Formats: sequence, C-alpha cells, structure tokens
Amino acid sequence: MNPTNQLFTLAWTFGLMSLFAVGGALSAIPEMHRVAVDVHHWMSDRQFADMVAIAQLSPGPNVLVVTLIGFHVAGVAGGLIATLAMCGPTAAVAYFVSRTMDRSRAAQWPSLIQSALVPLSIGLMGASAMILGLSAGTSWVAGVLVAATAVVTLLTRLHPLLMLAVGGFLGFAGVI
Amino acid sequence: MNSDTATRSEAEVPGVITLFFAFAKMSLMGFGGVMVWARRAIVEQHKWMTAEQFNETFALCHFLPGPNIVNLSVVFGSKFRGVPGSIAAFLGLVLPPVLIVLCLAVLYARYGEIEALRRTLAGVVCGTAGLFLATVIKMLQPIVKQRSLVALATVAAVFIAIGILRLPLQPVLIVAIPASILIVYVMQRRAAP
Repeated sequence: MNPTNQLFTLAWTFGLMSLFAVGGALSAIPEMHRVAVDVHHWMSDRQFADMVAIAQLSPGPNVLVVTLIGFHVAGVAGGLIATLAMCGPTAAVAYFVSRTMDRSRAAQWPSLIQSALVPLSIGLMGASAMILGLSAGTSWVAGVLVAATAVVTLLTRLHPLLMLAVGGFLGFAGVI
Repeated sequence: MNSDTATRSEAEVPGVITLFFAFAKMSLMGFGGVMVWARRAIVEQHKWMTAEQFNETFALCHFLPGPNIVNLSVVFGSKFRGVPGSIAAFLGLVLPPVLIVLCLAVLYARYGEIEALRRTLAGVVCGTAGLFLATVIKMLQPIVKQRSLVALATVAAVFIAIGILRLPLQPVLIVAIPASILIVYVMQRRAAP
C-alpha cells in the first residue's frame, strides 16, 4: 500500500474507533489488536503487546499506544495522525456536549445510561487483559507473574511503575 | 455553597499558556493514567474547580466515548477560554508525551529485536496484563456486591464477543448499547413500585 493510503487508513480506523471507545482508551485495546494484527497484519502479536507495555511505561494518557502503532505503520506522520484521529472526533463531541450542558444547567446524565455502559466497559477491559495476558506467553511463570502483579496491585498501594519494573527485571534475568 | 464560591473566587481564571503548561505538567507526571494528577492539580493545587465540579466534569467525560482525560482537557479548557482554551489544554496534555513516545518508538524500531530487550519487554507485558486484570477486578467489585446477575451477564457477553470470538467492536456495541440500556430500564421499572 502506498504511504498516503496508509495514513488515510490510520486516520479512518482510529477516527472511527475513537467514537466507539466506551470507557476509555484501554477498552479499545481488543479492537486495536484486531485491526493491527489480524486485519491489516501491521505487526505481530508480540510487537502489539510490546507497544501496549511501552505506552504503560511512558508518561501521559494511555491512549498514546496509538502513537506507537501509527509510527510503526507510517513513521512520525503516522504516529501523529493516529493520535489526532483517536483524540479528535471524541474531543469535538466532548466540546459540543459540554457546551450544550452548560446552557441547560439542570441537565444531568441519566444514571440509567451510565449503569448500562459500565458493564460494557468492564467486559471490554476484561478482553484487553486477556489479549495482553495471552501475548505475555503461555508459560506457567508468565501466568504466575500476571496473577501476582494483579494481587499485589489490589492489596497494596505500590506504584504501578514499580510493578512494571519488577516484571521487566524478571524478564531481563531470563526468569520468564 | 458559600465555601464553593469562596474557593472559586480565590483562583484566577487561567490563561491559554497557563492551561497548556498545567496540562503538560500533569501529563508528564502521569504514569499509568493522568486522571489522579489532573484532580490533584485542578482541585487542590490551582483551585480552578471544586471537588464537586471536578466530579461532575469527570462523570461527563467518562460517559462520553474516547480517552477520558482527553475529553476532560477539552471540556476544562473550553470552560475558561473557549476553543483556544480547549486546544491549549489538549496540546499540553498530548504533545509532550507524544514526543517522548515517538523517541521510544524510534528506539523500539531499531533495538526491539535485541534478545535482552525482548526478554525485558516480555516481563513488562506480564506486569501490564496484571495491572489490567487488577483494574477489571476492582471494577467488578460493586457489581458482585450488588449481586447484579444481569450486569454480570452483560459483562460476560461483551467479554465473549470481543475477547474470545474477536468480533469487530462497532457492530458489537451497536447491538450491546441499546440492549444494555433496555435491560437496565426494564429492571428499574420492575424494581420501582
């Protein structure tokens, strides 16, 4: 595919995904995986998981995993276009919704829709966790490390970055 | 109410440049999510919003699709400075970390296949999967406590459709969103006398 087409594909893919990311960027990870690995074959399963991990390691919003995907596909321009596409449409929606809400002050989001969307975003987040867990490897050591990280996160207030560092160190040491 | 107005008047209305740097700062401090830092900076440090105002804005941004913190930056910026304020807050939030991530992307493209780095990243992937799993468990807790079988069934249905069957997101949500709203509506009608 020629470069302009690639940029167009990135813009269209992430622009559309942006409007369907119920519950935030991390809920869209299964869809990003499907598009980048299964549909377009832009990268391997392992590369995709690496990019999610790198995005977690770096500061800033979680959505920046799309910058890494875009860069992988079409260089710096690809990274920038993917990022803008993933943020732009929903940012415009947020702008207009908040403006109209200001005008009709009494307006409040119906709790009905909120309680309808929460289970959907949990299901999506669960799928994100599973897809990443499967890429992490099928060895029992990898499984134990995933489970241990989850337990420690739930029971302590240790910084998430520390948990990632421990994982990285164990990986480097060849334990996994 | 009185304390509300008092806190608001203490803080001056932030300009476009202030918005850019304030969001840049919270973004660069935010590892694994910026929202905690946004709350700290907006409510506690600058007193640009009261805790209630922040919670309302957060609820709106969480409800809308897309990255929550991106929505928050746009809504927040527009409250004080209209469209230029939105753009300044958004760019502050996204531009500095994008530059960092692009540098990491270049490094990954060059050195990503080195054996030691591959092993290290495999470990970080395990850690990330564990963090995600913890988030899911945390989010599930209220639903489990309420013993809401319908909500659990919805979670399971979405998980199976997206995670196991690997169906595309858009058609699944086009079915799941109205279905879930309908189910919650019927349940609430039944619960109410």
